[in-house]
Amino acid sequence: MTIQDGSYALELIRLNKAFAGLPVTQDVSMIVRPGERRLLLGPNGAGKTTLFNQITGEIQPKSGQIKLFGRDITKLKPHQRAHLGLSRTYQIITLFPQDTLEHNVALGLLGLMPSRWDLLRPMSRDILVEARRVLGLVGLGDLADWPISDIAYGEKRRVEIAMALAQKPKVLLLDEPLAGLSAAERSTIKKLIAEIPREVSVVMIEHDMDTALDLAETITLLHYGKVIIDGTRDAVIADERAREVYLGH
Amino acid sequence: MNKIGLPIAVGCFALVPFFAGDFYINLGSQMMIAAIFALSLNLLAGYGGLTTLGHAAFLGLSAYFVAWLTTRLGLSHATAALLSIVGTTICAALFGLIALRASGLGFLMITLALSQVLWGLAYRWVSVTNGDNGMTGVTRPMPFGFSIESASAFYWFALTVTTIAFAMIAIFVTSAFGASLKGTRDQSRRMAALGYNVWLIRWITFIYAGFWAGVAGILYVYYNKYIHPSSLSITSSAEGLLGVIAGGSGTLVGPVVGSILVTFLKNYVSSYIDRWNMLLGFVFMFIVIMMPNGIVPGVRRLARHFKGTHR
Amino acid sequence: MQTHFWIIQSLNSLALGGLLFLLASGFSLIFGLMRIANLTHGAFFMLGAYFGATALRSFSWINLWAAAIGSGALVALIGGLLERFVLRKLGNNPQGQVLVTLGLSFIISDACLVTWGGDPIPVPTPRMLQPPTILFGYAFPTYRLVLIGCAVVVAIALYLLLERTRLGAMIRAGVDDAQMTRAVGIRISRLFTVVFCLGAGVAGAGGVLGGPILSAYPGLDGDMLPLALIVVILGGVGSLGGAFLGSFLISFTYTFGSALLPDLAYVILFLPMIIVIAFRPQGLFGRQSA
Repeated sequence: MTIQDGSYALELIRLNKAFAGLPVTQDVSMIVRPGERRLLLGPNGAGKTTLFNQITGEIQPKSGQIKLFGRDITKLKPHQRAHLGLSRTYQIITLFPQDTLEHNVALGLLGLMPSRWDLLRPMSRDILVEARRVLGLVGLGDLADWPISDIAYGEKRRVEIAMALAQKPKVLLLDEPLAGLSAAERSTIKKLIAEIPREVSVVMIEHDMDTALDLAETITLLHYGKVIIDGTRDAVIADERAREVYLGH
Repeated sequence: MNKIGLPIAVGCFALVPFFAGDFYINLGSQMMIAAIFALSLNLLAGYGGLTTLGHAAFLGLSAYFVAWLTTRLGLSHATAALLSIVGTTICAALFGLIALRASGLGFLMITLALSQVLWGLAYRWVSVTNGDNGMTGVTRPMPFGFSIESASAFYWFALTVTTIAFAMIAIFVTSAFGASLKGTRDQSRRMAALGYNVWLIRWITFIYAGFWAGVAGILYVYYNKYIHPSSLSITSSAEGLLGVIAGGSGTLVGPVVGSILVTFLKNYVSSYIDRWNMLLGFVFMFIVIMMPNGIVPGVRRLARHFKGTHR
Repeated sequence: MQTHFWIIQSLNSLALGGLLFLLASGFSLIFGLMRIANLTHGAFFMLGAYFGATALRSFSWINLWAAAIGSGALVALIGGLLERFVLRKLGNNPQGQVLVTLGLSFIISDACLVTWGGDPIPVPTPRMLQPPTILFGYAFPTYRLVLIGCAVVVAIALYLLLERTRLGAMIRAGVDDAQMTRAVGIRISRLFTVVFCLGAGVAGAGGVLGGPILSAYPGLDGDMLPLALIVVILGGVGSLGGAFLGSFLISFTYTFGSALLPDLAYVILFLPMIIVIAFRPQGLFGRQSA
């Protein structure tokens, strides 16, 4: 996978956003290098998901820039960013409940393919086969024909990740992938995330410190929309300010 | 299921004129026109998740086009029909551009408002549309040299068109595009993040739905040989929507069943009670409150229950 | 001669705008707070007009203002019943709510036809206001001037209600964020009923006040509802200021359009809406949806 001029996988340059006068993102800058595993930490209301929404394009920042492999994507629509290799999962499960697991992942695959505009023929067999393969990778191959509404919460979380990974993204945003899971489920997902190939740069929002810290290489700590600390995992953990932010609550 | 079902159903419907009198054959024709309209509306309301209260505008527009082009300009039926469909489809494209600036309730209100423009135009632009008197004198064409003046002949003509409409809409809905359309109905945010151009998917669907409503309109004006502004009204759109909801939106057969029921109700009951509008209102409220998913999904659920495949 | 034309048409526009505001403000509040596109709103207006006209015909001791308040109250009651027993049950089905209000509008519309027949029922202008007012050497229909005044009074009253009272604060909070408002402990369901009654009542009263100009006739609901829709789409949902500005923008467009291009007046009506939507889908004052 080639990267032109050694640019960063994802670069946020001085992003600002306010809702009705209340600042939710204040002068946020962040650099994610190719292959990095970055953890976005911060107490509730720190503006983490809002930041994700700006990266994916659902919200427009008031000022600032977002670059994907050196390319300015600040003005691009969400679907355009997906085609440039950006993928994400959601804090709240946003799957298609009436459809099978296979169909869900297939929709994920179809999104980047020209055949999604085919007005005559159904999805090709190849897409369905690939969908089943991806489901197998996350250990859900047997449930491929089940409707989403019939599977367990932990399994839905796995489908979320499968859907995002199926697109072979270059930058993957995981929004609280471990939320609401039991200990056993958490270790399954953790293993999944740890096995994500190095070609994919990962930015993860997570509350569960124990699990998240294991997966992180670098950490950005957000508070009231501002970046408090930013650095390698060990440096951030050792930092006084990190404890302040969390204990101060 | 649909692959064998369709030819059988069409075969059965084709036999009706041999057993029934003209009244029922004509009723059947009306049902089929309503069915095409409901199928087109369902593309938006059922599969697209975009409820519109202005769909009758396209039915009425194409009907008026045909009436005007044949009676005022004296164009041939084929030319008039073609121009009408093109004009209606272009109008659908324009209306879609405006209405799709919003979604959900905003979309509903804008489509309602836009269809009122055409209604107002039909009503007030008397020099062109003859206003409240409607346009008369429309004649039926002779497709491939066959006359469709008799009830039976028109019925088979309508049946042919309906079958084609059903098949083409079925292909559309089961295509890859159809899958993305349904996706945008269920999780539009996610779909955008997955790479789908949600707006464009909706706009294309809007145009296609307008096209088939236009086809229904042409059949409509041929059947009645007359067109009146009321065919563009909110009531007209509401009747179509009722057919879709009552039958079960989001299925192919639902709107057909629903529109058959609504047409039956309208024609049969209207001869006993004079208050169709009030009845329409009550039925609307009943269906929405009691059977929000419609009849067809309800029946299917029952069938699965009895077959034991329901988990 | 020309100046006279412009002045008279402007006055007519202002009067119509005032009426539209009475209609649209309720619709906008209901939509803004409860996310319900109340398609029964035109029927409420018409119902108010019929109630008022009947009251004025049957009781000689009632004047227009009493009839307006009485009809408004009656329509508010009907609206309250609708909200409490039907719309609330469909709380998680916004599409269902809209369709139910559509169904009810058909029922009310037909019921009025049965009850009052097909001929328009005139609503007499109050005798005191019948002689024209002379301003700047021109004779103006006094009632229209008073109607404008009424609309302004209602606008101010609604503004004060929203901005200066506790109830208003709760309504505004609910418009901004219904979930949060509920979480803070405010009885949203009761608030909904109050707002729905208020909206319906103002529409009903508006129907009576509009009587001397429009009278009560079958189809009044169908004539008024699209206008309310356009005003709200144009002005932005849930915005009183938007409803105010939109009402006059539309009334001026319609009145002058009708006078200059009668055949196409109805189409011209929609032009401001279409232009605004093209550039600002949320309307002039509306909030951009998240």
